[in-house]
Amino acid sequence: MKRVGVFVCHCGTNIAAAVDVGEVVDKARLERGVVFSAEYPYMCSEAGQTMIANAVKEHNLTGVVVSACSPRMHEVTFRKAAAKIGLNPYMLEMANIREQCSWIHKDKDDATKKAVSLTSAAVAKVHLNTPLFAGESPVTKRALVIGGGIAGISVALDVADAGYDVDIVESTPGIGGRMAQLDKTFPTLDCSACILTPKMVDAATHDNITLHTYSEVESVEGFVGDFTVTIRKKARSVDMKKCTGCGACYDKCPAKKAPSEFEEGLSNRKAIYIPFAQAVPNVPVIDREQCIKFKTGKCGLCETVCAPGAIDFEQQDELVTQKYGAVIVATGFRPIELGKFGEYAPESKDVLTSLEFERITNAAGPTKGALVRLSDGRKPKSITFIQCVGSRDTTPRGKAYCSKICCMYTAKHAMLVKDKYPDIDVNVYYIDVRSPGKNFDEFYRRAAEEYGVNYIKGQVGKVVDMGDHLVLQAADMLDNRQITARTDMIVLATAIEPLKSTKPIASMLTASIDTNGFMTEAHPKLKPVESPTAGVFLAGACHGPKDIPETVAQAGAAAAKVLGLLSKSKLTTNPCVAAADELACNGCSACESVCPYGAIGYEDRQINDHGVRGNQRLAAVNTALCQGCGACAVTCPSGAMDLLGFSNRQILAEVDALCR
Amino acid sequence: MQITGEQTFTPLITAFCCNWCSYAGADLAGTSRLAYPAEVRIIKVPCSCRINPLFVLRAFQKGADGVIICGCHPGDCHYIMGNYYARRRMTLLFSLLDFMGIERGRTHLEWVSAAEGAKFAATMSGFAENIHKLGKNRRLEDLRCKSS
Ligand SMILES: Cc1cc2nc3c(=O)[nH]c(=O)nc-3n(C[C@H](O)[C@H](O)[C@H](O)COP(=O)(O)OP(=O)(O)OC[C@H]3O[C@@H](n4cnc5c(N)ncnc54)[C@H](O)[C@@H]3O)c2cc1C
Ligand code: SF4
Ligand code: SF4
Repeated sequence: MKRVGVFVCHCGTNIAAAVDVGEVVDKARLERGVVFSAEYPYMCSEAGQTMIANAVKEHNLTGVVVSACSPRMHEVTFRKAAAKIGLNPYMLEMANIREQCSWIHKDKDDATKKAVSLTSAAVAKVHLNTPLFAGESPVTKRALVIGGGIAGISVALDVADAGYDVDIVESTPGIGGRMAQLDKTFPTLDCSACILTPKMVDAATHDNITLHTYSEVESVEGFVGDFTVTIRKKARSVDMKKCTGCGACYDKCPAKKAPSEFEEGLSNRKAIYIPFAQAVPNVPVIDREQCIKFKTGKCGLCETVCAPGAIDFEQQDELVTQKYGAVIVATGFRPIELGKFGEYAPESKDVLTSLEFERITNAAGPTKGALVRLSDGRKPKSITFIQCVGSRDTTPRGKAYCSKICCMYTAKHAMLVKDKYPDIDVNVYYIDVRSPGKNFDEFYRRAAEEYGVNYIKGQVGKVVDMGDHLVLQAADMLDNRQITARTDMIVLATAIEPLKSTKPIASMLTASIDTNGFMTEAHPKLKPVESPTAGVFLAGACHGPKDIPETVAQAGAAAAKVLGLLSKSKLTTNPCVAAADELACNGCSACESVCPYGAIGYEDRQINDHGVRGNQRLAAVNTALCQGCGACAVTCPSGAMDLLGFSNRQILAEVDALCR
Repeated sequence: MQITGEQTFTPLITAFCCNWCSYAGADLAGTSRLAYPAEVRIIKVPCSCRINPLFVLRAFQKGADGVIICGCHPGDCHYIMGNYYARRRMTLLFSLLDFMGIERGRTHLEWVSAAEGAKFAATMSGFAENIHKLGKNRRLEDLRCKSS
């Protein structure tokens, strides 16, 4: 039996005015196991805490109840005081007789009775308390960034600048992501490459950053502070150490029919290639499906022209295993496929997606920046932009969400056209123009008011390619009339979606994705850059549609969280975690399926059931991951799982005491 | 207080509140001095999903006249989805209890955020008023459990 002491606080008159404190002290003395009870004007004061400390020593108390304010206010204070005198902090409970009692009940009898009852419940609970100890787990001071777009680059630079090692895993041959494909960027119209390229170079040359390009995450094990990740470095067929980036190989390569991913398929690249001229790293890759040497065994021209002898047809995939303390997911987005949007004639050469349009307007793009129809090379007299293609579309083929960036980049595209060719007639069909960012509305109004871009509120129902021009049918919702218009080029502001590879990444990390496939944050308001899995953070468009400023801001926030984690030498874990009774658990997996944090695994352990030894599959809670919600404890059909600090018996004891 | 028969009826009401939203809501009701009946007694749990149906049954067995469960609003759970688990479990439990003769009015699930002190007080007052109307719960009460 525990020796319990009860300490009742007056809180000045906050409690004492409404509750007969003396009565609470006297009644507490009658509770089972209570060997001492006392009152004090301010329990939380130095003197009050000393009083508790002295009583613990003098009366050999093994459990303490403080009847005072809300535990949300001072539980930490009193538990720290308990720890100081050598009592396990979890042997202390509070009864909330201020917020839940004296402050709201006018009748002194009622309030006193309730205070007595709440105190008795705390006493009943404390009898069942057991000492709990915060666990410790190590922190590997290295971070892994998955995805080398602007989000991944920004996080990596921020974390590396603070002195920690960072690895970036990028699936394509070079870093930069979508931003590298853009021409100019809203709302300032500065050139995308001019602001991105220096960042790419910074990342590549930073002492603390290691780039794994043309690489993928193969497997992830472990948990916050202690992840073990295996990275597959796909065979480049070019030795990165020897290559000087001279470019002789791809100049000479005769296999030139592969559609360029970077140019959105608008032009072709060689079988050995770098994605774009400023690519980082500037080391080519052989696309083995296109390479004549790999297909027929002949050719090998690149090998003969490569002076440093970097070409290596025999190269194999390499697996690298590394430990990390934190993982940041920054896998970005892609435009949706338009196969199911036949009404816009997406197969027509003169109907482009916005990303294709970025390449057309780009001086380094397939047309060298010349704005021409891809079907016949003519300069268009009229261009039509259609917004919300696949966005805000609740039918199964579309996306119910707003892709967020399209209103602004369409205004940007329209202005870029008008800037270079004021004579081209520019029309934009829209449902709403959404421009809530900083300087965004001004930007859109400039397009509509100063640049003379013709904004039409309405949806386009049909596009027909007539050969030398296009015809579209639309409804003008403001003038309530049908439009049939002729145009030379159409640009579709295509909805964006997360990459298909995001899902396997999320499941490897036991992080979650939402119904649209975007990564989910741990809390929509308070933990926007954390994933529900401790130690896994989110940045950029993999978490939802985002423009560059937002992406970079989120990347900075994620970096701050990562640094907070990596700067700790050890992690202390919440001691109120779940634990399974090995004699009751039958390994059914019910608990695992409800745990929101993937904290439960199974292990085969030898158990000794009253002398009978045997191997048994048992639930094992990873205390570094468990957040202590208790979902598993309620789900367990065998009553094996329980939550320390809020055990079944503790709560039942409270129920019993309150229902006396 | 209301008179039922000759005796004054003081009901016993057990409220389970999750630490992050509804318990904080109760604290706010307190700080804002918003009164609700003193017969409401709160038990703090980390999350509404920690509430074992057993706890509710035990409360009725021990003579509670009503049991109310409070959690974070849908989408706001500190543990991502604990309140959804609670909602499913309690929906089932409450209909089972109804079947056993514990009227619907004696059980309740309510979402209360940490900012909703007024809602907390109003919910508790409304619930207590209902229990007053329903009178003493005799259905599950185990008289052997009564200490005095
Ligand atoms: C047409 C168009 C115009 C735009 N114009 C503007 C503009 O003017 N201003 C503006 O602010 N924003 C603009 N944006 C938005 C901008 O492109 C995004 O905000 C930005 O690219 C998001 O960066 P990110 O790093 O999150 O994603 P991404 O740029 O998509 O980068 C993700 C990176 O991760 C890599 N990756 C993906 N999966 C994996 C994996 N499993 N393993 C390893 N690597 C992986 C990808 O290869 C890629 O390199 C525009 C977007 C479009 C479509
Ligand atoms: S208490 Fe919650 S977080 Fe911990 S193991 Fe159980 S379900 Fe998972
Ligand atoms: S639910 Fe219970 S019995 Fe089943 S695996 Fe988990 S702890 Fe074991």
